[in-house]
Amino acid sequence: MARVLMTGNGAIGEAAIRAGCQCYFGYPITPQNELTEYMATHLGRKKGCSFVQAESEISAINMVFGASLVGVRAMTSSSSPGISLKQEGISYLAACELPAVIVNMSRGGPGLGSISASQSDYFQATRGGGHGDYRTIVLAPSSVQELADLTHRAFDLADKYHIPVILLGDGMLGQMMEPVEFKHEAPAELPVRSNALRGAKGRPSRIIKTFTSNPAELEEINWSLFRRYGLIKKEETTYETFMLEDAELVVVAFGIAARIAKGAIKTVRTEGLKVGLLRPITLWPFPEEGIQELAMKTKHFIVFEMNMGQMVEDVKLALEGAGETSFYGRPGGVIPTPSEVTRVISRLYYQKGLK
Amino acid sequence: MKKVYTRPRLLKRNRFHYCPGCGHSIIHRIITELIDEMNLQDRVIGIPPPGCSVFAYHYFDVDMAESAHGRGAAVATGIKRAFPEAIVFTYQGDGDLAAIGTAETIHAANRGERITAIFINNAVYGMTGGQMAPTTLANQITTTTPYGRDEKIEGYPVKMSEILSLVKGAVYIERVAVNSPANIRKATRAICKAFQAQIDDLRYALVEILSPCPTNWKMSPLESWQWIDKEMTKEFPLGVIKDTTREEDAD
Repeated sequence: MARVLMTGNGAIGEAAIRAGCQCYFGYPITPQNELTEYMATHLGRKKGCSFVQAESEISAINMVFGASLVGVRAMTSSSSPGISLKQEGISYLAACELPAVIVNMSRGGPGLGSISASQSDYFQATRGGGHGDYRTIVLAPSSVQELADLTHRAFDLADKYHIPVILLGDGMLGQMMEPVEFKHEAPAELPVRSNALRGAKGRPSRIIKTFTSNPAELEEINWSLFRRYGLIKKEETTYETFMLEDAELVVVAFGIAARIAKGAIKTVRTEGLKVGLLRPITLWPFPEEGIQELAMKTKHFIVFEMNMGQMVEDVKLALEGAGETSFYGRPGGVIPTPSEVTRVISRLYYQKGLK
Repeated sequence: MKKVYTRPRLLKRNRFHYCPGCGHSIIHRIITELIDEMNLQDRVIGIPPPGCSVFAYHYFDVDMAESAHGRGAAVATGIKRAFPEAIVFTYQGDGDLAAIGTAETIHAANRGERITAIFINNAVYGMTGGQMAPTTLANQITTTTPYGRDEKIEGYPVKMSEILSLVKGAVYIERVAVNSPANIRKATRAICKAFQAQIDDLRYALVEILSPCPTNWKMSPLESWQWIDKEMTKEFPLGVIKDTTREEDAD
């Protein structure tokens, strides 16, 4: 298919439909409304598909829970305050080992915050977010093309590991327009997941539940979840490297911040500064090994985020003291310019005596 | 000799964990019997709530999935939208349906979701130890209304069935009780009708069941049956509250 010009939010919708998403349940919130509207227009009247504008974020995620119970691909989307409301449902999805795709086009917080792009939901996304001991896979795209590609991957991962997958974008990615190519045609019909509830026809009845009055049984459920998480860490960790071959200073940034960092790195490179970028694409699982390998070549890391410093903790945990970590961040929905980040990088480069 | 009474085929052979005199076991029996008689077991999906009946899946031999507190109507919506051939019922208490899940309930009804809600009203939060429910009667003593429910402070008993009768998407609402053989027969007919509405692809149907909770009411099972007649039905009168099933065109 040829490339088309689309907003990030629209591209997620188109990619989801092509990934075989049959149900979308959402609630209006800026800056992700274009996605809800895209699904209303393109999914809502499609045969075998359903679009519901739910009465609340809580209802929307529970509708996803219902659709996932019966084995079809379902998604919801929202932005930061709405994602907070969905956490109860995400915890239940994780506990029931049900696949689902949840898009967070995050905005400034805390509270109602702002509608401008922000990355301040990193902790919430990567630590589970709701109550209980669980993880979700978190994918962090940094372009409209990647929003489309990772939407498709999100559905595949959710089904493969029976886990909710969070697509963590931001208001800027969602609303900007870029060329995008959709690499998949919508499947004719996806097979229904084998453990789905479809009525006890020709088989014993099934139960999908989370509650148990026996702590030992619940402990085993938790162990089993974490065995799967271990497998996901091993198999699915992904990241991009940029100009790292000879880098003396490594910038770590994700999502739209990584786009800004790339611009800054290109500029400092023209001045002869050996700086490269590691961009985690999966925020959970976090590319710990990628960071550790880099620490064998250089000790200097700077983490750049559009928040007060969240992913920086994961970088430090990965390094376990094997490198020095600096941080630069802007919270509240402020979007730093490439020249601002350029100044930060080159100042640090000289301070560290790298040139 | 002709067998006139037997254990429902779809009631699993697990011993009920419910207290003596509790209405849940009667209602479980009615529902499993009806699912069998109406030949729905192949396509039924039940949604029990948190609360005493969270273990309903130990007893119903049909597909079941536990919902988060109050979210039954939203979960059922997702199921029915994704898999319209299913016959979906929610099993919800008064706290679940009339407090924490009020929004889910009203909006599912308003969209005319093709689901059947079984609403157990026992005027207390049972599993958590007998706190005030939205349906707790005036002056009723509970652990959180130790001096009796003062309507000026704690508000009035919420009449969800009457509220839902104003919602256009609801086609059938009836309030019944399970405190006498005659009332149990009426309850059976009401639940049958509520399932039939879904089979006929009509819209939202709900049966509210006044159900005894002798443990938290601190009564004997017999006294609790009598209390339903004497006190509960004054606030929550029995009968059909709305029925537009005959006017509905299945589409």
